[in-house]
Amino acid sequence: MTRPKTHRFDTLSLHAGARPDPATGARATPIHQSASFVFPDADHAAALFNMERAGHVYSRISNPTCAVLEERVAALEGGVGAIATASGQAALHLAIATLMGAGGHVVASRALYGGSHNLLEYTLPRFGIATTFVDPRDADAWRAAIRPETRLLFGETLGNPGLDVLDVPRVAELAHEHGLPLLVDSTFTTPWLMRPFEHGADLVFHSATKFLSGHGVVIGGVLVDAGTFDWDGVRSRGKFPTLTEPYSGFHDMVFAEESTTAAFLLRARREGLRDFGACMAPMTAWQILQGIETLPVRMQRHVENTRRIVAFLAGQPMVAAVRYPERPDHPDHALAQRLLPRGCGAVFSVDLAATREQGRRFIESLRLFSHLANVGDAKSLVIHPASTTHFRVPAQDLARAGIAEGTIRLSIGLEDPEDLIEDLSRALHAAGKA
Amino acid sequence: MRVGVDGREVYCYTGTRAVDPARPTIVFVHGAGNDHSVFALQSRYFAHHRRNVLAVDLPGHGRSAGPPLGSVEAIADWVAGLLDAAGIGEAALVGHSLGALAALEAAARHPSRITRIALLGPAIPMAVADALLEAARVDDHVAFELIAGWSHSPARQIGGNPVPGMWMMGQTLRLMERSRPGALYSDLRACQAYANGLAAARDVRCPALLVVGARDLMAPPKAAQGLAAALAEKRVTTLPECGHAMMAEQPDAVLDALAAFL
Repeated sequence: MTRPKTHRFDTLSLHAGARPDPATGARATPIHQSASFVFPDADHAAALFNMERAGHVYSRISNPTCAVLEERVAALEGGVGAIATASGQAALHLAIATLMGAGGHVVASRALYGGSHNLLEYTLPRFGIATTFVDPRDADAWRAAIRPETRLLFGETLGNPGLDVLDVPRVAELAHEHGLPLLVDSTFTTPWLMRPFEHGADLVFHSATKFLSGHGVVIGGVLVDAGTFDWDGVRSRGKFPTLTEPYSGFHDMVFAEESTTAAFLLRARREGLRDFGACMAPMTAWQILQGIETLPVRMQRHVENTRRIVAFLAGQPMVAAVRYPERPDHPDHALAQRLLPRGCGAVFSVDLAATREQGRRFIESLRLFSHLANVGDAKSLVIHPASTTHFRVPAQDLARAGIAEGTIRLSIGLEDPEDLIEDLSRALHAAGKA
Repeated sequence: MRVGVDGREVYCYTGTRAVDPARPTIVFVHGAGNDHSVFALQSRYFAHHRRNVLAVDLPGHGRSAGPPLGSVEAIADWVAGLLDAAGIGEAALVGHSLGALAALEAAARHPSRITRIALLGPAIPMAVADALLEAARVDDHVAFELIAGWSHSPARQIGGNPVPGMWMMGQTLRLMERSRPGALYSDLRACQAYANGLAAARDVRCPALLVVGARDLMAPPKAAQGLAAALAEKRVTTLPECGHAMMAEQPDAVLDALAAFL
């Protein structure tokens, strides 16, 4: 049978969304460092504002460099489009604010990045949006937490920091049974390791600060729409008036009628970016594009190095536990083999059988690993979650999220793995003497 | 807007404007497996520039009820029925692909109702590859993938969507994935079976615009030549480096051609 010829992932990583600049012939995507864009005439200007013509007006709403990044990530994820945001947190907020207002409710995995947990647990309730946190492995808990006012299910492809693997197909199916979309934070996996839309997710966001940009030099986020969710379907009807009813903020536009496949992105851009303003700077978009060009080769090396380090640490007496889903003792090992055949990423955590002082000595004795609050850098990183990224999370919630006092989170970079093993070996030895 | 045609509910996108009988009307007719949203930019423009716009979801597509109509002739007569149902005496037609064939046939069959026809991506005959037809017959996803691949010029398969942030290939796939089982096959068979194109063109008395994509693989430019020759009053606009999905690939060029004609 005749098969379609379309470009493959590695090619799209380099090319999707971009073309040689028609004005100059520049092969690299230009950095369009301009706040605004000139209108050819008054009618064209009015048509751009009223969505009758395509193009750019003002860089808070869209920008040519950011648009290349958006198109590229959408292509890699297999979605219909994307919106670049000021940060991953801005992408999460944009998704939620587009789908609901006061009175809305989210069901979220409790294995979340601390910043996401803060937004849902403490900040959004001030605006009338509540969240119920559930054990991501407990399908009954997801189902039981859904209320009439629930508008979104949310989890991370790999939970932070215990690497709980989200059963995306199962949670998506459950969401769809209730006429709800599933949003996943795919930061730890990137589309190279998992394309959540192929497993039923409806929306994906990334902290592009991490593996997408890959070098720890920018803050940015990307929100991607699969274009599959029917906002006005039999089960979802009436739940998403922001998309299915006239919007007085844009000439009574009904977004789901304006665009069959991209109603969510239309509203998110035309309201969320316009009014909240958490847009990405073009220079940031350009740096993330540079990172994505090498995403496939970097992710492969990240995973290879991580496997070496995990194997080393698992054999050390001071290491009580290594939480990495490729290990048979990880509770999500079988699920990871199914959903993450290329690997489980480059972030994992270990529990040290050590006193607090020994843990501190371990981190401070590392020379190559940088002690900081980030993951997904080309350089290896380490942090103590209980006292940093998750310090606002109550103790019982910490335990539920798989974080102990002695838990150390590592993000494995692209250094020679032997050098990393030597660094870890030295630090463990120093900790043992503390 | 929703109206009843032949006892079935039909959805028409109007650009969020009420139909004003004092204004001229343009009816937009989409192609195989699509819906009104392929004309989003162009139809919205005319709705806000002193025209009534009815961008339809054909029966069995999008938000419209009923089975697909199954032949170009049936769609042409259905368009006349739509005008009756909407209380509109006459209208210009803009059709893409299958919709272009329907616009041509409607102008020939209902000359008192159709004032102008704009045919986007037309071809006479509109041959459909056996592999595509067979995949559509069994509702194989490959049919959608083949159309996505053949409908976009090589450059746009890489990207550079004029609409910021949108991935054109993904949108084309998703829209067709939403089509009801059998709808694409019915539409493609209608294209394949349509044999009255040149005769209809010779009967057309209203002005016609042909918009041709120079890189169109679904409706190659040479397949529009005979059609253009048979039309009495016509204008041909060829869009360089443009594929079949021309409203997405070059939305402004399509709009400019339509605005100059309509």
